Amino acid sequence: MNEGEPQIVVKGLDMGYGSFVLMRDLNFTVRKGDIFIIMGGSGCGKSTLMKVLIGLKEPSRGQVFYEGVSYWEAEAEEREAIMKRIGILYQSGALWSSMTLAENVAMPLQQYTTLNERQIKDAVSLKLRLVGLAGFEDFYPSDISGGMKKRAGLARAMALDPDILFFDEPSAGLDPVSARLLDDLILELRDSLGSTFIVVTHELASIFAIATNSIYLDVETRTMTASGDPKKLLHESSDPKVKSFLTRGEEGLQSATGGQREVTK
Amino acid sequence: MVNPQAQPTNQGAEILRIVYPHDDSVLLHLSGNWRIGEEVPSSDDTIASLSGRPGLSHLAFDTAGLGNWDTTLLTFLVNLKDWCSANDVVYDTQGLPPGVRRLIDLASAVPERKGVRQEIQTESFFARVGGRGMNVVSSIGETLEFLGATFIAFLRFLSGKASFRRQDLWQFFLESGAQALPIVSLISVLVGLILAFVGAIQLQAFGAQLYVADLVGIAMVRVMGAIMTGIIMAGRTGAAYAAQLGTMQVNEEIDALNTLGVSPLEFLVLPRMVALTIMMPLLCIYADIMGVLGGFIVGVTMLDIGPIQYLIETKNALSLTNVWIGLFHGAVFGVVIALAGCLRGMQCGRSASAVGYATTSAVVTSIISIIVVTAVITVVCNILGI
Ligand SMILES: Nc1ncnc2c1ncn2[C@@H]1O[C@H](COP(=O)(O)OP(=O)(O)OP(=O)(O)O)[C@@H](O)[C@H]1O
Ligand SMILES: [Mg+2]
Repeated sequence: MNEGEPQIVVKGLDMGYGSFVLMRDLNFTVRKGDIFIIMGGSGCGKSTLMKVLIGLKEPSRGQVFYEGVSYWEAEAEEREAIMKRIGILYQSGALWSSMTLAENVAMPLQQYTTLNERQIKDAVSLKLRLVGLAGFEDFYPSDISGGMKKRAGLARAMALDPDILFFDEPSAGLDPVSARLLDDLILELRDSLGSTFIVVTHELASIFAIATNSIYLDVETRTMTASGDPKKLLHESSDPKVKSFLTRGEEGLQSATGGQREVTK
Repeated sequence: MVNPQAQPTNQGAEILRIVYPHDDSVLLHLSGNWRIGEEVPSSDDTIASLSGRPGLSHLAFDTAGLGNWDTTLLTFLVNLKDWCSANDVVYDTQGLPPGVRRLIDLASAVPERKGVRQEIQTESFFARVGGRGMNVVSSIGETLEFLGATFIAFLRFLSGKASFRRQDLWQFFLESGAQALPIVSLISVLVGLILAFVGAIQLQAFGAQLYVADLVGIAMVRVMGAIMTGIIMAGRTGAAYAAQLGTMQVNEEIDALNTLGVSPLEFLVLPRMVALTIMMPLLCIYADIMGVLGGFIVGVTMLDIGPIQYLIETKNALSLTNVWIGLFHGAVFGVVIALAGCLRGMQCGRSASAVGYATTSAVVTSIISIIVVTAVITVVCNILGI
């Protein structure tokens, strides 16, 4: 397993909406250079966990440390400094609808760098090329497809070459080849820039191809029931739900999903 | 699952026969078509008749005569299954067609998540009143917080530090200015016409129809122009602001701005506010002129007042004070409408229906505020004697 420095440390985290507790007692460490996968069934709170990690939603208890600084106790300037170092791809893409793709990608650069217009333009078209959207600079988000929005969101997340990238279901809505290219891109960025990735995904192929660490959030017990390299979890985990998730229900929870298997065959 | 070939309908045939082979077991014979649109027995009746036999421990099916089936059959069977598990009766699916069996297994594969379904709680009267009271307090708190934050953003705008896009500002100027002219013209001319007509009937009785010019001029310039423009802009621009910001909330666009360290108040709210606050007084002047034009049409064509005479009378009636009061109304309405629209948009929930609600409540809030503000200004003017 990756032995880099701890970059994000989560301790005793509880989260929920109002009085509805979604997850409790989450503890994990994301190390520098990790490709950290958050797994779990639909609706278990993966996107919500991501919102807590990126400072959009306050946890009901517990802490998130970025290189030793507790985000939710930090001063506004410290928080801003942390935020500058992360890039985010939202589940819905979240492109700003009143701006063209180029303007969307350029926005973080204008906000945080002193590059001149020409340099920004070059950086933007490079990022769009990386996600296969060369030539779409002047399109508005409403004029492109769902998968293209995802990719444009990806380009925006990478605009500042951030240290830490959060991706919420990056390959949902992508064809298999683009999804594969995305995996390659993630590995490439990790190796060349040393970025850390926290990825919410259900794509088993990509989980096994790129993950260095992961956690599994369980809907019923409302906490994390497994953590570690998914490849090892597949063989070593004794938790039937984790096994079942990692094998698409082939192993693990035979009894509960027996009927379901028959239908899908 | 559904056999496309047409089958006779169930008219008259016996669809469900309940047989009790032993004291503790029951066999349901299902036959005919169980499809949407067919007459089939209700599961409630069946359960009622089963409940009438105490000591039942085994439920089985015979579907030899079953024709076509769809969800109708499945809901019937699933209800029976729920009843069986609640009453410790063995639910024997052997006799069901394999397709039905698989779908029923699938429907029961994922257990219902506890704590998700919202309990409908009947609260006591005091709890409800208290809850409403707390809601009012917290919504006032939220509104004040929004006002404060917007004011700070405005100060940053004045000192040139606010981050927003110039082209956005131009866009909003255009939308809340030039593009509103046609509807403002139409409404204002008509309001001028109406005022002139209503006034003329009264004034003609005294032979004083010339004073229609005074009536229309003062009413339009001092308050009516501003109110009509305000109501138009509340429905047009205020609603649009709420819908735009609400949709951005739904699409996580506002989250994306926040995490980038860009204040949505500066980036989204400020240009809208500035545009509407500057354009509103200008629109008011325009509406005043259009209103006077409406009165002029009635005066000249129907009351036989000479065109020049009408204009001179209007000019004499109007003081600069009236114009300033009208413009002041307009500017305040601009602020109020933009604030209401943006506030409701920013408070919007995360669904399409929440956007609709935000839009409606933006319009309602603006119109109420317009009326209240008008009342306050009128009283203050009265006290000051202007
Ligand atoms: N704004 C909200 N208010 C109240 N409850 C919410 C809100 N957003 C999400 N939830 C609840 O929180 C739970 C988790 O939502 P979340 O979006 O985090 O799930 P997820 O794990 O990302 O699911 P998916 O894989 O489908 O994206 C859901 O069951 C949902 O009911
Ligand atoms: Mg999600």
